[in-house]
Formats: sequence, C-alpha cells, structure tokens
Amino acid sequence: MKHVGIIGLTLAAAFSAGAANAEELTGTLKNIKETGAITLGYRDASIPFSYLDDSQKPIGFAMDICYRIVDAVKAELKLDKLEVKLNPVTSSTRIPLLANGTIDLECGSTTNNADRQKQISFTNTHFLTASRYVSKKSSKINSIDDLKGKSVVSTGGTTNIKQLVEANAARNLGINVITAKDHPEAFLMVETDRAVAYVMDDILLASFVAGSKDPDAYVISTDAFSTPEPYGIMLRKDDPAFKKVVDGATAALYTSGEGQKLYDKWFTQKIPPKGLNLNTPIGAELKHEFAKPSDSPDPASYKAM
Amino acid sequence: MNYHWNWRIFWEPAPDGTGSYLDMLLSGLLVTIEVAICAWIIALAFGSIVGVLRTLPSKTASWIGFCYVEFFRNMPLLVQLFLWFFVLPELLPSAWGLWLKQLHNGPFYTAAIGIGLFMSARVAEQLRAGIGSLPRGQKLAATALGLTTAQTYRYVLLPIAFRIIMPPLTSEFLNTIKNTSVAITISLIELTGAARSMQEFSFQVFEAFTAATLLYLMINVVVVIAMRLIERGLAIPGYISGK
Repeated sequence: MKHVGIIGLTLAAAFSAGAANAEELTGTLKNIKETGAITLGYRDASIPFSYLDDSQKPIGFAMDICYRIVDAVKAELKLDKLEVKLNPVTSSTRIPLLANGTIDLECGSTTNNADRQKQISFTNTHFLTASRYVSKKSSKINSIDDLKGKSVVSTGGTTNIKQLVEANAARNLGINVITAKDHPEAFLMVETDRAVAYVMDDILLASFVAGSKDPDAYVISTDAFSTPEPYGIMLRKDDPAFKKVVDGATAALYTSGEGQKLYDKWFTQKIPPKGLNLNTPIGAELKHEFAKPSDSPDPASYKAM
Repeated sequence: MNYHWNWRIFWEPAPDGTGSYLDMLLSGLLVTIEVAICAWIIALAFGSIVGVLRTLPSKTASWIGFCYVEFFRNMPLLVQLFLWFFVLPELLPSAWGLWLKQLHNGPFYTAAIGIGLFMSARVAEQLRAGIGSLPRGQKLAATALGLTTAQTYRYVLLPIAFRIIMPPLTSEFLNTIKNTSVAITISLIELTGAARSMQEFSFQVFEAFTAATLLYLMINVVVVIAMRLIERGLAIPGYISGK
C-alpha cells in the first residue's frame, strides 16, 4: 500500500511537471530556452568561491554549485545543449548586470541580508561566515578590546564595516575606522602597517593570509564581531519559476552529501593555482544548513541545533 | 530590465550610523569639495612657478620645468596616488614612514597633494602656452624700459598671460574636481566613494550614482559660473577676452 502511495505521488509529480512545461514559460527560463544559453557572473578574486585560475578560467566552490544549477536548468527545459557563457562582475556591476539580464546567476560570495533582498533574490545558502579580524602576530592584538584607539581597516559597503562601526560606538573603543575600496587594498593596509587589523568575513581573511608572502606572520582573531552570516548565489527577483529550479538544484546538491564533498574539495584540500590550503573544515551551522537548505537572510536562523 | 526603483532610499537611515543615505552622500560631497580646493591651490601655485620656469631664458630652468611637467603628466593619476600612498612610506627611513602611515587623515592629504601636483603639470603647460602667445615685442619693450626679468614677468607678461588662459584654466579646475574621484583607491570616502558604499549597502545602484552625477554636475556648474564672473571682472577692454 505504501508503495502504491509513492508511485501515485511520483505520477502526480510527473503530471504536474508536464503541465508546468506545457504552460507558457516566463522570465529567465523562457529567455534561456529561446537563446539556448545561460550566463554566469563570476568574481575574479573571491577565493575559493569564484576566482580565476592560471589559465584565466573562473573556478571555485560557487562556480561548481552554479554548474550544478545549469545542469538542472538544462534538464528542466529538456534541452540537448545549453551553452554556458561567463561574464566577470565586480561588487559595483553585479546588480546592474543582473537587473538588465546580462547575467542570470551571480556565483560568488555575496552576503544575503534583508535589505539586499528588496532588490534581488538569493538561493539556498552555500556558506556561513562570521566577521573577524586579521592582524600581525607582532602587534599582539589578542581581543577586540586591544584594538582600542588603533587604526582598523575594513572594506567599504560591507556588512563588516557596519559591525565594526557599531561595535566601536557601543563599546566606546575610539577606533580610527579606515574604509578601503576593496579587499586586496584593505589587506595591503595591514601588510604595510597603515592599519593594525582588517575586519572581514573570516573565510576571506583565511584566503588572504594563505596567499600572503609570509602566512605565519598573521593571526585571525577568535573574537568575532557577528554571528555567522549566510552567503548566497544571486538571481533576479520576482521570477518564481526560475528560483524554484535553482532552489531545487541547490537543495538536492546539499542534502545528497555532494555539497559536503564539494566543500571539502575547496576548503580542506590544496586548490589551484598556487596549491593553497585554507584548512577550514565545515562548521556545525553549515552542516545543519546543508541538511535543511534555507535562503533566509537572518543569521539567527542558522544556529546549529 | 528587472530593477526595483526606490527613490525614497535617500531618506532611509544608512547602516553606518551617520544618518540617512543622503547625509552619507553629502558628507562625501563635502570631502570632494575640500580635496578639490586644496588640490587646486597646490596646482595653481606649483603650476605657475613651473610654467614660468619653462619660459625663462636660462637653459637649466627650462630643463627643470620640462622634467617636472613630463614626470607628472606622463604617469596615470591612479598610479601616482598609489605610489604616494603605499610606496613612498616604504622608501623613507622607517621612523618617518611609520609617522606618515599613522598620520590621521592620511588619505586626505595624500589625495590633495597628489592630485594638486598632477594638475600643476597641466597648469604649467597652459601658462607656458599663454606666455608664448604674447607678442615677442612685449618682453623686448619691458627689457628696453630697464625692467628686470622678475619685473617683466610680474608687471608685463603674467597679467596678460593669465587673462588669456582663463577659459582653459576653468576646464582644469573642473578636471581637478572630477579627478578627486580617483582618491577612492587610497580609501578616501569622497562623493564617488560614498555612492559606492551606498550601493553596496542598499543595492540601489542607479539611484546612488544618479545622485552622485547630479551633485558633481551641480558643483561644476557653480565653478563654471564663478570662473566666468572672475573672467569678466578681470577683462581689459579692447584686449582679447575684453569687449
């Protein structure tokens, strides 16, 4: 009897899928079907999420996830061939290029928060990161309180600089907050002693330290400015049909254990081009999220049970 | 285009705790104006000296002027600011370098001086052209009257040369204002930097940059009008720009 039920459900699913296909396709899916191509936006230096290898080909954890999504879209539209176009984006161009249809997915390390969801949508979270700081071991900064009265840098327009400014005011630290244009420049400030510490997502800090001239000279704090915040792959808002396919593909990937395998590949093993190893095993929160995928912008909803 | 316009965003509170997004842009505008004015004063002062050097009879003086101009105008402004900010402190003795790095408002001073020197090379070239456009007879007559070289420049050549180059100088002033936007590469949060921060926080890219564009346009229109008034006030009736 139980088996009959499952068969019935499968049949119902098959029929409804068939019905969905018979309906007029809309939005991104329609566009992909008509052009036979999907465009992925990638970042050039967001290690290990989305960056260029030594042959200038974009690779990374988020890129691998996006290729899985492409496969799902191809299956959904029953296409024999789906061309994948790649388009570089920066933090300034990602929104206009997504809005005007140049890219269909942004595969990178974009923080999912409620304000940003007013403009675009995110699929299931692929990473969780907390706001920490990196400093030189020689400057002996052991806690956030040690930053008192010092110059601290963060990248403009990030949630991290917001948290730094808030902590500075709330704890009366008197920190001189420097706003850097982008991540490499901010790290350069610490490297050249213009700032004692750089506040950023801990995973990005780990990649900068691993890639620096002398990785042993730096230490990432245990103190954090925030609870872990979610990263998501961006897609256009108000396109429920496409979002359903993308959410379905990512959920299937994460719950199947494949997600964990991809994670291990990029975060616990040597990655190209320089053979860096970020040595960041998966945390309890992300493991929990992979078991129950979610696109919530609220950090509090990602607590490991 | 799948974009959610929200023009009311300017009145929403910015997450950096300084007030609304509009306040954030206006504080950026203030920095832009301050840097532009400081840079323009430096550009005019150094540009005038070097422009004069290039027209002096002395070979050494004009050679120094030539080197100065070619050094500053043949390197992209972006590279120059980067060199001043990140490379110069490393070349100095370490105590000086450290002092320079820990200087409060370091990006502001670096931007004002860096942009000022870059623009001074352009001002110098224009002044040289202005002086060069004067009839040779003026200089000869001044010498015949017994004026020294300094007096010739002060009383005969420069007053007319500066009047002639007023229109291109206006352009250079406008360029100075626009060039301040390059200072975001050394972490100065001026108008463009503020617009960038706003778009990162709110994801309202087009609103942020539309506002920045209008603010740039506004200050430039003010400068154009002011320079036009100065030009008119200084005009000598019957001579080139006079009526």
